[in-house]
Amino acid sequence: MGRYVIRRLLQMIPVFIGATLLIFLMVNVMGDPIAGLCGDRACDPATEAQLKSEFGLDKPVWQQYLTYMGNVFTGDFGTAFNGQKVTELMSTAFPVTIRLTIVAILFEIVVGISLGVITGLRRGRPIDTTVLLLTLVVISIPTFVTGLVLQLLLGVEWGWINPAVSTEAPFSELIVPGLVLASVSLAYVTRLTRTSIAENRRADYVRTAIAKGLPRRRVITRHLLRNSLIPVVTFIGADVGALMGGAIVTERIFNIHGVGYQLYQGILRQNTQTVVGFVTILVLVFLAVNLIVDLLYAVLDPRIRYA
Amino acid sequence: MPLLEVRDLHVEFRTREGVAKAVNGVNYTVDEGETLAVLGESGSGKSVTAQAIMGILDVPPGKIAGGEILFKGRDLLKLKEEERRKVRGAEMAMIFQDALSSLNPVLSVGEQIGELFVVHKGMSRKDGKAKAVELMDRVRIPAAKERVGQYPHQFSGGMRQRIMIAMALALEPNLIIADEPTTALDVTVQAQVMDLLAELQRELNMGLILITHDLGVVADVADKIAVMYAGRIVEQAPVHEIYKAPAHPYTKGLLESIPRLDQKGQELFAIKGLPPNLMNIPPGCAFNPRCPMAQDVCRTDVPPLAEVSPTRRSACHFWKETLDASTR
Repeated sequence: MGRYVIRRLLQMIPVFIGATLLIFLMVNVMGDPIAGLCGDRACDPATEAQLKSEFGLDKPVWQQYLTYMGNVFTGDFGTAFNGQKVTELMSTAFPVTIRLTIVAILFEIVVGISLGVITGLRRGRPIDTTVLLLTLVVISIPTFVTGLVLQLLLGVEWGWINPAVSTEAPFSELIVPGLVLASVSLAYVTRLTRTSIAENRRADYVRTAIAKGLPRRRVITRHLLRNSLIPVVTFIGADVGALMGGAIVTERIFNIHGVGYQLYQGILRQNTQTVVGFVTILVLVFLAVNLIVDLLYAVLDPRIRYA
Repeated sequence: MPLLEVRDLHVEFRTREGVAKAVNGVNYTVDEGETLAVLGESGSGKSVTAQAIMGILDVPPGKIAGGEILFKGRDLLKLKEEERRKVRGAEMAMIFQDALSSLNPVLSVGEQIGELFVVHKGMSRKDGKAKAVELMDRVRIPAAKERVGQYPHQFSGGMRQRIMIAMALALEPNLIIADEPTTALDVTVQAQVMDLLAELQRELNMGLILITHDLGVVADVADKIAVMYAGRIVEQAPVHEIYKAPAHPYTKGLLESIPRLDQKGQELFAIKGLPPNLMNIPPGCAFNPRCPMAQDVCRTDVPPLAEVSPTRRSACHFWKETLDASTR
């Protein structure tokens, strides 16, 4: 196990370098990092040259990348155009997005798995067909539609929630945005659990459990569910990473000042430092989450042992 | 009063394609300490009968269409599910064919054995595990104490089947149903597992229903045999009588299809044709299309289970002729 973790950590290095280099090149070479500084007008050539040498942008790209990475490892993600430290932006944005992700994941686990178990055990019955149809609808509707409709109905028309989330973004205000963010994944979790349960329900070991005279509840939770959840856990784990970075639409709709919002603003204003910094952190989150999922897999299924 | 008496049991499977009649009026009894071998091809209804007795039939599509299952005098089919559940695992237990798929891959064997004590006896998990070690010792798994925390995939095929046996024996049931317990094992291991099972059965004076298509196993351990075909018992007799002289052409065919050393080099005998489609069982005797002795009457009349001797029955219009031909 220990050796496996070390090997995986080593494997992360090239992935990390590759991913960050790609985003660095995209922003710094394909885009113009100076253009955003001058607002809507084009920059005066003299100012531009001066700025370029000030930020080291006249140096070769590989040198720029190395300098940047060197700074990142000392905890310096640079400064945004408005003079704010990128790390400062992160320290306000990440806690908000983490809270939002927690809400979304809880929805996926509680609602998604419950619905999946119920439908998997009652395959072909009315409840199964209804839920299946609902998941199809949810998957087919883009998140921004779900988000805007819920915001309009719950927030504006009926006044049950605040249409916009406050800057502090406490858990209580994140319930509806969390549901919106989770909706598509929730539908997938439901379907995945349903298929897995239905498949394992007829398994020999379930028959053995029944033959042992175990109560139905114990057969389902201890024998059926433990085996059926292995693929679901993998999906949910991988989704944590996707939700953290992919909340751009939801955060925009509900005016949540999290990672997605900052990234969106950064891209819009060609705020190079913000974009590269946030993406670098997201790459790390992805890598860490994937490693945890793989380790969790071995805990859930003793047949998998990493050497 | 016998330990178990199955009376005129009928089981159907209702599928989209139609109704498959898997069991059509099976009768048999098992006494304490007695071994009944149920013999037959795949689809003959031998496993379905066992599942109906255990109460683990998939309902739906399965449905018990009629009959009684008397266990220690009470009809199991009339019990409520919760009472039925308490019988399962405690008073009667089942050993399945493929121990690898029949054991839960993600729970340790100790947990799976101990669970029976937790659920039926209200013991703590820790005590259950201690009981599991005792049982694993009893079925002669070496180093039981160290292996109790291991998972099924870490055991060999024979050891896994021993764990299945330990699980079945845990609460010292009165009846054990073993559904082809040795089919998935190597020949040498088969004998060991079968011997162990027979020994423990004697010790605990349990009734044993041994479902198999391996005639070699049957001869060694069974007291009596029931041969099934298309959901019906076609011949029922004490084991030595059947081996000496079968009274049904199907039994005869089964016995003749055993490979024998003195016939080395000759072509192996096989019963012609295929088992009948259970959705469309031939009229008359179900075996008639494959039977070398079939006459017109076999195609129209279902043969009754005729008494050959006080302990022996055969469902063949021509059982006398068959018996004479095989004695000669």
